[in-house]
Amino acid sequence: MTSIARSEALPYDPTAPLTPSGNLRRRLVVSRIAQGAAVAAAFIAVAALALVTFDVIKAGASALSLDFLIQDPPQFGGIGGGVRSNIVGSAVIVFLAGVIAVPIGVLIAIYMTEFAGPKSRIASALRLGLDLMQGIPSIVIGLFVLGLIVKTQHKDSGFAGSVALAIIMVPLVARSTQEVLRLVPSPLREASDALGVDRWRSIITVILPTALGGIITGSILAVARAAGETAPLLVVDSTFGPHLTFNWFGPMPNVPVSILTASDSLNPAGFPRAWGEALVLLALILLANIGARLLYARSRRKLTG
Amino acid sequence: MSASPAAPKNRVSAFIADRRAIERSRGDQILRGLCLLAGLLTAAVLFEIAYQVITGARPAISKFGLSFLWHTDWAPNLGHFGAGVMLYGTAVTSVIAMLIAVPLSIAIALYLAMMAPGSVRAVVGPLVEMLAAIPSVILGFWGLIYLAPYVHTHVEPILYDTFGFLGIFGPPQTTGLSTFTAGLILTVMIVPIIASLSRDLFLTVSRELIEGAEALGATRWEVIRGVVLPSTISGVAAATTLGLGRALGEAIAVVSVIGTAAQIHKSLFETGNTLAARIANDIQYPVSGLQVDSIFYLALILLVFGVITNLIARAIARRYDVHRSF
Repeated sequence: MTSIARSEALPYDPTAPLTPSGNLRRRLVVSRIAQGAAVAAAFIAVAALALVTFDVIKAGASALSLDFLIQDPPQFGGIGGGVRSNIVGSAVIVFLAGVIAVPIGVLIAIYMTEFAGPKSRIASALRLGLDLMQGIPSIVIGLFVLGLIVKTQHKDSGFAGSVALAIIMVPLVARSTQEVLRLVPSPLREASDALGVDRWRSIITVILPTALGGIITGSILAVARAAGETAPLLVVDSTFGPHLTFNWFGPMPNVPVSILTASDSLNPAGFPRAWGEALVLLALILLANIGARLLYARSRRKLTG
Repeated sequence: MSASPAAPKNRVSAFIADRRAIERSRGDQILRGLCLLAGLLTAAVLFEIAYQVITGARPAISKFGLSFLWHTDWAPNLGHFGAGVMLYGTAVTSVIAMLIAVPLSIAIALYLAMMAPGSVRAVVGPLVEMLAAIPSVILGFWGLIYLAPYVHTHVEPILYDTFGFLGIFGPPQTTGLSTFTAGLILTVMIVPIIASLSRDLFLTVSRELIEGAEALGATRWEVIRGVVLPSTISGVAAATTLGLGRALGEAIAVVSVIGTAAQIHKSLFETGNTLAARIANDIQYPVSGLQVDSIFYLALILLVFGVITNLIARAIARRYDVHRSF
């Protein structure tokens, strides 16, 4: 009897189910709403990606065929033809941009992680330089190459395009390489030093091979980024003909500018070709991104254990 | 005996020289030199960019001076050039993009860092980042064909009916090509940048702080508002500044959807123009040397914007060590 009497004296019922009430309920509702908004925001972003990808696939798939890949565009625009010359031109420009940018980016990263001390002035100046370079709008880089190369050559060229794309790629490659080099376990370096191996030998034979996966990933991502860059190419390599060419020092057809030209024109006859090109470009870029991420996850696991 | 004070010194310096020789073999010096050369090349390119743009703009600078910034004529055939319309358009499109993108990106980042289960995070995180991988030319083409007509028929009438009294949401025009659509496209471009940088920042907040707040009975939202956001707010500001820098300088996606206006329109649903879009529009077929010089003047303004936004972001973000992938 006494126990019942005590429980009646309590201000609450200990056997009641634990449900929030009053102020706590209000706080929980606010929290739920905030969480719901966050989920919705993430959904919006993923939906935007899905929507653009879906629309590009829908509009571009009908244009795709073998002929589309092995024929050149018609001489004066219009319906039909393929995009072989554009794809080959883009591949040459982007590949050679990578050939210029990857070694430079990797060397800068090696300097900053392997040679420069933690308080090195040169390293912090380089970091500032890379940050600024990454922040320059790509169309300004295009105008720079226009003044530097195109005006002196008096013609557009794939070479000028490659130089512009390389400037965009260098900070990306340097940054991602630095990131992996920092992941290389320092006992590897110390072991190599203890064996009396020269710095340069341990960099080339121990550190770089260990970090290779990550470096390749960073380079793929940089190449994928450069492949879709349009602004610099519009400035320095846009007056090309429809025919296949391997002349790097002359005007080279390329995918991004031809998409832009087609979408700008009032005549929709070129639209299917442009959508087809957009699909090919987007597919390659997204696949490169997915592949690079998988590769990076694997090499990161290997490095950090 | 007279040489004795010097002898140990010589021996010491010889020893130091030996050590140096051991520490820096020929190969080391070569590799170090190569690396420095690459760095020097980068620095040289940066200075060369500034030099080329300034030299290219010099004739226009000496002809128009600073009044170029507020004059709103851009008439190549008359030789009149001013950046007023473009500066206005650049500001307005960027403001639209930031107003939508900043809350959206922070919400996405909070979801990814604080709420999503591991497996969802591993999928959604990369998907959001891949939004940044869509080439601007494809986004522009998509905006022209799909987004602009949709905005024209579905969004503009609603905003005009509801907020028309504000004056900035005017009556719908004939096409969806407008400052507003350009702002939307820019939003798509900068959301992944701000979101992924902010997510990395939120992940750096120490678990002890978060768990401490939870132990005190804070709800998820109270943890976010009371612990996570205050301790990362300056980093988020830096990420936002980087996003702004991208929005200010984007040329291709904007030129496709903004409609290349020659004057300032009050309504967001009318055509506009931005600095970068004007450059992309005019650089292929300039009619005079002065037009090219004026284009370089526009580029100089963009370059200054790019440098300032990056310096601000660096200054704010100095105390965070987050990998900057954009």
